[in-house]
Order: sequence, then C-alpha cells, then structure tokens
Amino acid sequence: MSHRLSITKTPKCYVGGAFIRSESGRVTALHDASGTFFANIPQCTRKDLRNAVEAATKAGPGWAKRSAFNRGQILYRLAEMMEARAAELAEALTLNGASKADASREVAASIERVVHYAGWTDKYEQILGSVNPVASAHFNFTVTEPMGIIGVIAPDDSPLLALISLILPAITSGNCVVALASSPQPYPSILLGEMLTTSDLPGGVVNLLTGLRSEMLPTFATHEHLRALSGAVNAADRKTLKLGAAESVKRVHLLKAEEPIDWFADKRQGVEEIRTLIEFKTTWHPVGA
Amino acid sequence: MPKTSSKTNPARELVFGDLWEYDPAPETADPKLKPRYDLFINGSYVPPRAGKYFGTINPAQETKIADIALADASDVDSACKSAQKAFTHVWGKMPGKERGKYLYRIARLLQDHAREFAIAETLDGGKPIKESRDFDIPMAAAHFFYHAGWADKLEHLAPGRQVTPHGVVGQVIPWNFPLLMLAWKIAPALAAGNCVVLKPAETTSITALKFGEICQEAGLPNGVVNIVSGAAETGAAVIQHPLTTKVAFTGSTEIGKSIMRSLAGTEKKLTLELGGKAANIVFDDAPLDQAVEGIVNGIFFNQGHVCCAGSRLLVQESIADAVLAKLKRRIAVLRVGDPMDKNTDLGAINSREQLTKITDLVQSGVTEGAEKHDNGCKLPAKGFFFRPTIFTNVSMSHRIAREEIFGPVLSILTFRTPDEAVEKANNTSYGLSAGVWTDKGSRILKMSTLLKAGVVWANTYNKFDPTSPFGGFKESGFGREGGKQGLLDYLRVD
Repeated sequence: MSHRLSITKTPKCYVGGAFIRSESGRVTALHDASGTFFANIPQCTRKDLRNAVEAATKAGPGWAKRSAFNRGQILYRLAEMMEARAAELAEALTLNGASKADASREVAASIERVVHYAGWTDKYEQILGSVNPVASAHFNFTVTEPMGIIGVIAPDDSPLLALISLILPAITSGNCVVALASSPQPYPSILLGEMLTTSDLPGGVVNLLTGLRSEMLPTFATHEHLRALSGAVNAADRKTLKLGAAESVKRVHLLKAEEPIDWFADKRQGVEEIRTLIEFKTTWHPVGA
Repeated sequence: MPKTSSKTNPARELVFGDLWEYDPAPETADPKLKPRYDLFINGSYVPPRAGKYFGTINPAQETKIADIALADASDVDSACKSAQKAFTHVWGKMPGKERGKYLYRIARLLQDHAREFAIAETLDGGKPIKESRDFDIPMAAAHFFYHAGWADKLEHLAPGRQVTPHGVVGQVIPWNFPLLMLAWKIAPALAAGNCVVLKPAETTSITALKFGEICQEAGLPNGVVNIVSGAAETGAAVIQHPLTTKVAFTGSTEIGKSIMRSLAGTEKKLTLELGGKAANIVFDDAPLDQAVEGIVNGIFFNQGHVCCAGSRLLVQESIADAVLAKLKRRIAVLRVGDPMDKNTDLGAINSREQLTKITDLVQSGVTEGAEKHDNGCKLPAKGFFFRPTIFTNVSMSHRIAREEIFGPVLSILTFRTPDEAVEKANNTSYGLSAGVWTDKGSRILKMSTLLKAGVVWANTYNKFDPTSPFGGFKESGFGREGGKQGLLDYLRVD
C-alpha cells in the first residue's frame, strides 16, 4: 500500500463570516516547536483591519437587536462546537511547545468560559442597570447598551484562553469585535474562526485577524469606528493605543502584558468585564395621565 | 400698543406692553466673602508659595470681587501629599459608616449656608439668583446627602468583587455650575474612601474655596479635601501629579482629548464628562405649550452654559410654524439682566472670553445663511450679556448646528419622519443628552433606544438627580456621575 500524501490546510482569517487571505498577499511561515514548517499564516494589514471593521459595522445593529436569550443560545452553541473539536484546539496549543496537559487545560478553561458568558447574556442587565428613585415625577431608569465595535488585542500568553476571554464579554452584550490574535501563536485563532462559523453567530460579529502587532496597532488606535479597545499589551503599546484613542475619545481597557496574567482566574471573567464594554443610558420618562 | 378685544384674548405681554416695568427685586443677603482667598490645603487656608493671586470679577458688572490664590506645581504637590497622607493614615482606614457621617454633616452645613453660597455663586459666575438658589445649591447638598448613605454599602456596587478606593483623586471642574460640579466630584470620591485635590475653574473659584470652610466646620480630617485654584497650568499639575491615580474632568471635548493624550503613558484611571450638541426633538403629537417651556429651559437655563443644553431643536415639519411662533412669543418675555434680581431669567455670560466665542459663532450662523432672531431686549450697559437667540433655516452643515456654543443660542431644524429625526439627532460626534417630546409612551421608549446619548429626557429637559447617572456616549466622554454607576467609577474593582 502506497503512502497517502496528506492534504495540508491553508489557514485563513475569519472576517465578515468568510475566510479570507490578507489583501496584501503576505504570509508568515509558522513552525512547530521542533522547527518543522507547519503552515503559512496570513499577515494582515491595516486594510484588512478596515475591511473587518466594515464587516462588523454591517453586523452590529442586527447582533445588538438579538434577544438576550438568543445571544445566550448562540454562545452555548459555540461551546458545543469547541467541545467537539477540543482535541484539535489542544493540538494547536502544543505547536509552540505547550505540554499536552497544559494545552488540554487551556482548552477546557476556554470552553468553560464560553458557557459562563452564555449564561450572562440575559442577566448582566439586571445587575448593571437600575431604576433610579428621583425626586420628580419621572420613571427614571438606566439600561446598558453595547458600545459598538470593540478592538481586541490578544497577548501571547494563553493564546486561546486570553483571546476568547477578551472577545466574550464584548459580544455577550451585543458588541462586535475585530480581534488581533497573538503574533507568534496565531493558529488557535484560525481554528476558533472555524468554530465560530458553525456556531450560529452571525458573520461579522467576531472578526479574527492575524499578523504583526507592531504593524496593526496604530490603526487599531486611531480607527474612529472602533469605539473601545480591550486587550493585554506592553507599556509602549499601551501608550500608542491610548494616544490614538484620544482622537475620538475611545474607551480603553488594557491589561499589562509585561506582568503575568492568570487567564484561568475567576476574576478574568464575569459581569465586571462586561461592564467595561457597555454604555449606560438613562431615560427620564414622565409619570402622569 | 395693539387694541385688546375679549374675543381674540391676546397674551398678557401684549396687553401690558411696555406700560409697566418690573420693580427691581435684588437679593441682598450677605455672601460673607473675603477680599482674598488662599488655597485650601491640609485643612487650612495657605497662601500660594509663589505669592501670586489673580482677580475674580463679577461678570454682570465687570468689577473685581476678590483676589484668588494662583496655585503652581509646588502648591499642587503639597496638596497631593496632604491628600495622600490623609488617605493612608485617616480616611482610607476609617469605617464607611464614619465617612458617611462626615458627608451627612457637609450636606447639612451646605443647607445651613445655602443662601450665602447662592449669592456668592451668582456674584462670581453670573447665573440668575433664582437658579443658584433653587437649583445649584440645593442639588449640591442633595448629592452629598445621597452619597453619604453609600459610604458603608460599597460592597453592593460590584457583587462578587472586591472594591477599594483609588487613593488620591485629581478633579478639574468647569465654571458653569461651580459648586454643583464640585459636589458631583467630591461627594462620590469621598464616599468611596478617596481623598481629593480639586481645581475649580479660573473664573469661578469662590464657592469652591468657601467649601473649605464647610469642611472645617464639619470637622473633616485635614487633607481629605484640598482645593487648589488657578488656571490651566494648575489643572494640568493636578492631572499629571504622580499621586493622583484617578482623574476626573468635566469640560470641553478639546481639553478632554488633550488630557487623554497627556495621560497616555500612565496607568491612571480617567473619567471625562465633555461637550454636547444635544437634539431636542418635538413630535407633532407633543403638548406644545409644555414643549415650548421645555425648549426654553433646555437652551436658556444658565444662559445656555450647559454641556447637555438642548441646542439643536428638531421639530416635526407639520408643527414647525406653530412651535416657532410660540417660541418667539415666549422669548419676547424672557428677562435678561442683573443676575441678583429674583425676576431675572438670563443672567450674565460667565466671561468676556465666552461672550466673544458666542458672538463669533452667532456671526458664523448669519454668514452661513441661517436666519437669526433674538428678543431685542435692552441689555445692561456694563457686564457680559447676550440676548436669547434662535436660528431658523439651519442646515446640518452649519457651524451653529455642529459646534457647542455654550450660550443662549438655539438652532432650529425640521424633520418629517421619526427615522429622519433619529438620523439628524445622532449625526454628531457628541452623545451626551437628548430630549423627546411626544404624547406616546411607546415612542418615548423607542426613541430613547435609538438615540446615541447618555441621558434622554422625555417631555422634560435639564432634569438632574443624585440617583440618576449622567454622562455621555462618543466624544461626550466616558464614565458616569450620579447613581450607583457613577459611584463605581471612584472605586477599583478586583
């Protein structure tokens, strides 16, 4: 029996519900821990970022209008898709040398995190919103609204868990996301895209880019349609992002990548992370005949 | 004078015309001002190290009221250090219940001194005494009273998480509601367990510095509240100081952006309450007389020096003529003049600089082709005054429809469908507030959902309450003031 030549996969980025190569045509060769060539990863550009923002702009209103129950079901469906392909995700994490046990642990934690947020979609409003007892004859209430499109910049540690921990609180409340995966460890994001596409999540709600962080950050910083930036980056990148954010009063929530972050910790998930990516709207409704 | 007839039932102002003038009704209580105000640092009034002072004037008369200490970086440093010391040794350790009692005392003392504060506010800032007396000061006291009760209940703000104060908070406030903005800043900061260094606006320092006397009277521990007066450089020193780990600013979007840039290399927490260009939307089913009162209140309250002022009126086309006619009639009887007079509706513009800015923008409206109408009233010979002004034939591209004027100037636009109203209302980089006038409750809720603004007033305008979070979307800033949402911005959540 002759040896069968395997079919290798061409990794593509998940943008606007489709799988794309970078418009630049550039790729970065990805090698496994032993130095063997694994695949070529798209090296996205600021043009790809702008296209992704455009896709998110189209998807945004529809996603924000979905019922909380529906968003929860879709997120739970994502957990189902990831569970079914958990082994493949774990293998992707071992590419950079993670042990099998550590890789499995990260995949399990990532799936748990999706389930955690699936349960928040129809509850955070009751925790964060309020009815306010004003002195005048008004029914005064504060509700949350998604900010719009959130730029997510993932760190290199825990490349799957960190990425998904940053994306989930944004989409739970109806935001859309344009995310940049870890530059040295982009492959988990490629797989995540393949799972998102089968999760019933509308195309364009989450857009996953791969490429060089240093190339992409300035555009993340200044793109006016990104209403907030969320991520874990080093001090110099934080400064770049904050300086750019000032131009359109963009909200910025950045963790310090130079300090160890325990992405497995309970405090890396929950309603507080959702709160940082919503707006509060207060309505004064008259009470009377 | 028009001939009256019982059939046509003409408006009162047309019957009386110019026959009688109102008698002056000046407020005469003593504001208990000092000729010179020093900095309030570590519980005492201390002269600025460089010995510099600047004059603060009464904008209604252009006369000097007092000399105000000009704090430089070394004064700010000493204020921040005393705040840090108070935080480490006293305030940060104090049980919330005890902190709360100090805030209750402050609320009560502000009520006790309400009249003198109201007069001081009006003298220094130019707002009508009826507003400082009935709105600014009582609302400032209410903010302390509301937040006092939170001090021992902070754990309810972020369920499942630990909340801790930031430490020293640096706060810079504007000149439009001097004491009220101080209360919005200091009350939640203190309730959360922080100590503060606050810089009042250059033209309105007096009530903030008088507030130091309230702190002394309340026995507030030294250093918990520090007030450093001065201009932009003083504010920058407060914002930049390494000890102020949290910064809160209210003012223009332009300065807010420069603050964001200046803090880009730091880990400071920041909240900003910036400018606005709010749409006040009147539908054809709105109660028109009530709406006209709301439009007037929305744009002429505090001479229009309000970040959430309803400066863009969007009227449904079918009622535009009727609304305009009623509005002109209403504006005709607005009284502009001595802010100390209890019958005054519009007081003085806060400063010559602001008057120039308003005048320039109004001129741009005329130049760009909008049609200007003001009430033609007589203005006092001295002081900074501006007539209530409305513009018709305004297009969305006009500067008066896009830029914050911060004065008594209303731009009127029309719309046909609710969708068009939403599109026009949201077509701005700001997103602080909006107004909706309609008889339909369901339309209120729908419009509120679609308007990109942090506060939506329905069949009312410019309403505020300590329990009700206030703050903007988009370039109107981030963070909230008031309510549990506002208070949480003064805490670290772990």
